Amino acid sequence: MLTSLTRRGFLAVYAIIIIVPLTIVIFGSFKSTQELFDGPFSFPQSLAPDAYTEVLGGQNLGQSFMNSAIVTACSVPITLFLASLAGYAVARIRGFWSWAIFGFLVLGMAIPAQANMVPLYVLFQRIGLLDTLLGLVLANIVSTLPIAVFILGGFMRTLPRELYEASSIDGTGPWKTYSTIAMPLSAPSLAAAGIFLFVIHWNELLYPLLFIQSPENRTLPLALLSFQGEFQTDYPLLFAGVIMASLPVVVAYIFLQRYFVAGITAGASKG
Amino acid sequence: MSVSIGGTKPATPAGGKAEHPPGKKRKSPTRVSPALYLFPLPAIAVTLVFLVMPTLQAFQYALTDWNGFSASFNYVGLDNFIRAFTGDSLFTNALANNLKFMLVVVIFQTALSLVLAMMLTRNSRGSVLLRALFFFPTILSSVSVAFIWKFIYDPNFGLANSTLDAVGLGALQSSYLGNDTQALYWVAVTQVWFHAGQMMVVYVAGLQGIPRELYEAAEIDGAGKWQQFKSITWPLVAPATAIVVAYTTIQSFKAFDLILGIAGNPPKASLDILSTRIYSSFANAEFGYAAAQSIIFMALIALVTWLQRRVLRLTQKQE
Repeated sequence: MLTSLTRRGFLAVYAIIIIVPLTIVIFGSFKSTQELFDGPFSFPQSLAPDAYTEVLGGQNLGQSFMNSAIVTACSVPITLFLASLAGYAVARIRGFWSWAIFGFLVLGMAIPAQANMVPLYVLFQRIGLLDTLLGLVLANIVSTLPIAVFILGGFMRTLPRELYEASSIDGTGPWKTYSTIAMPLSAPSLAAAGIFLFVIHWNELLYPLLFIQSPENRTLPLALLSFQGEFQTDYPLLFAGVIMASLPVVVAYIFLQRYFVAGITAGASKG
Repeated sequence: MSVSIGGTKPATPAGGKAEHPPGKKRKSPTRVSPALYLFPLPAIAVTLVFLVMPTLQAFQYALTDWNGFSASFNYVGLDNFIRAFTGDSLFTNALANNLKFMLVVVIFQTALSLVLAMMLTRNSRGSVLLRALFFFPTILSSVSVAFIWKFIYDPNFGLANSTLDAVGLGALQSSYLGNDTQALYWVAVTQVWFHAGQMMVVYVAGLQGIPRELYEAAEIDGAGKWQQFKSITWPLVAPATAIVVAYTTIQSFKAFDLILGIAGNPPKASLDILSTRIYSSFANAEFGYAAAQSIIFMALIALVTWLQRRVLRLTQKQE
């Protein structure tokens, strides 16, 4: 479309705009504040992980890391499980009830989390889920179930009916068909949805901010947010926190890139 | 595969199977086991209790003056809604900020992601690599992105000002987030940096679906690049545009995490948007009022999304 030179120039500039801030964060996390301000682009003089020791030890970010890991490790598989059960039923039932169930479950995509946070807080208070990791797991499941049903149900509907029917002629029950046929065949879609949920759940800030009160129950994004007030311009410390918080997602991105793109784009097409 | 899906009519029982002897386990392949209706129950239960009921309750709370902890409260009719629009400059300020933020982000993010996608449509090795790079910021947490840009915008030691200084453009230095008339737009820049790559991927998928022959034919007819864009690319990429615009809009209404990360909690007035305002009312123990603002928020998103669809349809028809 565009002339080759403009194209190359534009892409190069944009690549720099993406790469430079990321590099500065990595280098900066090993620098002192003064060193960072004097030469943000330069390679750090020493690789002493002072900032990391401080955030992990002094600020107890390790605990937050564990909390995030626990919450995500529970909420992602449970969301996938519930959504795949529903998606499977929707794909097999067909007709009015299929649409009714699918429509009901997917409707939640139109409700922003801020719209029902007050009643949800009150409900969690009544049933004792405030300030618990279990509450966060539940909130994550509820908020992403609609999109997960949308992705998985949409995919399972495209599987040929004959596959399901062949097995039910054999007298196999629906559970067996679900676990031995529908799930393995949906693996790519499960991976894409799983990655999508992982990114959302790992980075979730609103629910921890609403529900968590004790510092030992903080997840990573909430712990990072609390740095913001305490360490106004101690950027090396903030950067070390950023890297700790991003590491699992970045590692996953490097190895599972195509699922990321598939998952996050599938999530985006919900509009 | 796709042929066989379309070929079977789900509702009609297959003739051969209907002749199963009665008494034996009759299992028509098209009649599904009733047990299947149990499968979606857990999801339905969770949705009902933790999503539908709270959302309906928000409507109830919105009509009260409840503070969140006292046992009693009064129904105040539409007072909370009236207060939001006429008696609360914090709310109207957040509303105006949010609309400005949305407009800027939607325009720039859509344009940038389309340009990037047009440059990287083909699946050459270089394009694939650059797409992966441009997509990357999307996977980071908003708080992380906020911290990175807090440093870039730092008025004294930040990257932006020191770079401007180094290239002799020191006159263009700014205090960025410290400047109340500009702050919101600088956060919009951050938001676009954050998510343009994600929307680029949506556009790439749309562009790859346009047959190349159309461009070749247009070239033969002597159509220029701009003409080709106007009469081929833009109309044919319309479904992707609809997705990008709708998603970007929702993102810009939910920029809650980014604003809190970059501006602190609670943010100053010039960076307050609806979601942060609702949270502040909630944190201020004004549960009834926060619920009313949530409902306005929800209605606004629905209204804006609907309006955009209409506007988009118009621009796509005209050309």
